[in-house]
Amino acid sequence: MPQPGLADTPSSLRPSPLRRLQRSLAPTVADGLLSLGLIALLLWVGLQLASWAIGRADWAVLQLNSMLLLVGRYPLAEQWRLWLLAGLLAVQAGLSWGLLRAWPRADRSLQGWLWPRHDRIAALCVGLLALLLPAALQLALPLQARWWLLAAALLALRWAAGRWGTRLHRHQLRLVGLLWPVLYLAGLWLIGGGLGLPRVASGDWGGLLLTLLLASFAMALSFPLGVLLALGRRSSLPLLRWGSVVYIEFIRGAPLITLLFIGQNILGFLLPSGLAPDRVWRAAWVLIFFAAAYLAEAVRSGLAAVPRGQLEAARSLGLSQAQALVQVVIPQALRVALPTMVGQFIALLQDTTLLSLIGLLDLLGTARGIMANPEFLGHSSELYLVLAVLYWGCCASLGLGSRALERRLDPRSEPTRG
Amino acid sequence: MAVPFRRAGAGSLAVLMLLLAACAATSGPVGEISSAKLAAIRSRQQLICGIDGQTPGFSSPDNQGRERGFEVDLCKAVAAAVLGDAGKLSLHTVTLDSRFAAVASGEIDLLARTTTNTLSRDAPGGNALSFGPVDFHDGVDVMVPVASGITALNALNGSTICLLSGATTEQVLGDALRRQGATYKSLRFAQIQEAFAAYQAGRCGAISIDSSILAAQRSGFADPAAHRLLGKALSKEPQAPATAQADPAWAHAVRWIVYALIEAEEQGITQANVKAKLAEARANPKLADRRRFLGVEGNLGSQLGLPDDFVVKVITAVGHYGEIHARHLGEGSTLGLSRGANRLARDGGLMFSPPFR
Repeated sequence: MPQPGLADTPSSLRPSPLRRLQRSLAPTVADGLLSLGLIALLLWVGLQLASWAIGRADWAVLQLNSMLLLVGRYPLAEQWRLWLLAGLLAVQAGLSWGLLRAWPRADRSLQGWLWPRHDRIAALCVGLLALLLPAALQLALPLQARWWLLAAALLALRWAAGRWGTRLHRHQLRLVGLLWPVLYLAGLWLIGGGLGLPRVASGDWGGLLLTLLLASFAMALSFPLGVLLALGRRSSLPLLRWGSVVYIEFIRGAPLITLLFIGQNILGFLLPSGLAPDRVWRAAWVLIFFAAAYLAEAVRSGLAAVPRGQLEAARSLGLSQAQALVQVVIPQALRVALPTMVGQFIALLQDTTLLSLIGLLDLLGTARGIMANPEFLGHSSELYLVLAVLYWGCCASLGLGSRALERRLDPRSEPTRG
Repeated sequence: MAVPFRRAGAGSLAVLMLLLAACAATSGPVGEISSAKLAAIRSRQQLICGIDGQTPGFSSPDNQGRERGFEVDLCKAVAAAVLGDAGKLSLHTVTLDSRFAAVASGEIDLLARTTTNTLSRDAPGGNALSFGPVDFHDGVDVMVPVASGITALNALNGSTICLLSGATTEQVLGDALRRQGATYKSLRFAQIQEAFAAYQAGRCGAISIDSSILAAQRSGFADPAAHRLLGKALSKEPQAPATAQADPAWAHAVRWIVYALIEAEEQGITQANVKAKLAEARANPKLADRRRFLGVEGNLGSQLGLPDDFVVKVITAVGHYGEIHARHLGEGSTLGLSRGANRLARDGGLMFSPPFR
């Protein structure tokens, strides 16, 4: 974290790097010993892990199954659609990232930096990962090239949007934001097919694709449902209030795995066959209804944090109750609830691993299938390590994204510095 | 709403025409076979088959994501028999806990995942499954490190044993050890890999599960020779495909498709020579057995609601029982299990098909 106070001090008054290090690691002798011990322990663990990963682990299991882990048994002939989607996502992400830096918030007195230190580190990591990881795994050259192209598209758009983004008009900027939902729907179409593309049944989606798809789908739909439930719980209409309370408390009182089993097994008995949605979508809806109950409580805490005067002030300005809620109260409530909500989203992403227990081939389920391939028996440690890194990567990027969003939404914050 | 109705009308008309055509061709009692399941599979042109997806040799994805294994070939055989095409198949992975509900609710047409046939699973008062013929004879065994020096069950007294929860193993092992007067601590796992990882990490002194799984997992160990199976089958684990009890006609069709795999081995009809054997049968009216079996004469298939030549389709798609076993489990495969009790009865095993007549 950059320290705003330090950056403004003249460089002659800043302590030397060595002195700063000493101050942070060993302010007293006891602290110094503790630091040394911990550093030695970390080094030892790291070395052990590295010697295992380089010496004893057999990464052929990853080299041969990389696409399987990413997309499951998605038909080979249709996988170009997923690469196209990944390309579009990279372009859109690069564009949004660049524009965020080119257009710092209008109500800030200080100018933002085009390439703050975080961004330089992130760009370097993206480039190095795309160059080194596929090469280290000795993936086929066309596969390697696709990863290079994805990273190149992301970074090029980030650079171009940062450089020339200021020439865009305000309403054009809004369009870029609107592109995300459009892209999401286009992604669903590319993945599932229909409307001219051959259909790929949801049973054939798998791996990281299924995990991210179900998690993002659940996040996108549970959010509005959660806000409605939170408003319902604070409503003065008794039916609405009690309905919301019963729903929230029922869902929060039941473990997710129970609800997933109900969705998978009991629904088949209740609905006439053919009417029940596909089992992947059944799981998706269970995730949505589950996450909504928890989000509702997060949003409710946000609503409780907005002083009553805000609503009254908005009403006295002539706004209707709905306008006051949508334009004044909810935005403030969501800003307060953001960290909790992101926590829920991260938990939701990790909850998707439960899908493998009901037989769906999410990332964990796919990996377990690979572990059972007679050719790769005995390589579960390698796969579990990869899973850990992939899940960590997804959760960490959610966390980083949310902290960036918090900084941007916080009216008191300063832009990120280099 | 008009369009779906019209489509449904056209569909049932087509089915009716097909039925009429089939009646005319075979003059068999096709009209008497009423199986909602068979009709549903035909109308969706896809068999939905429940597999495990995580058992080496039985079902697991290859690196293209295609499921392979013993269970998968069983699904292919049934799809080939019913729909004439082994590719018209949708494989659903079902877990230990979800498999019975998946069959009973009609979510899957056929449970091909290795499931031990027991009274309580078969009984109408239990899981109400309808089991097909046993397609794999297994038995619970115990694996121990050779270094432990354990060679008999009673030496397990006081040790911790890794088990899979939800399987029949625990009851079997508990009964066997109680008979020996031995006590043990169980360490239960929901997933096979976790149980074996714990065993390899030394968290338990022994691991107990069906011997096919023990042998398969041992083949993936860094040093397979350092571990020993006690070699005393503690239980009978006759594994069989299952369907819902509500549709006996469908259960019969599945039963005889499995028998056909065994009968084909008895008659020496393989994936490679099925065409030649069929031509021979057509040319030679004296081969009455084979002519009936392959549907050249008679109406054995129609009596089940299947095409009369369903055996030809099945063997062309996957080969006979011995070929399937050798491909995925047997000594030629990665797992290298010996055929054991799964040999044909005439070779001293337990596999046997009632006559096709």
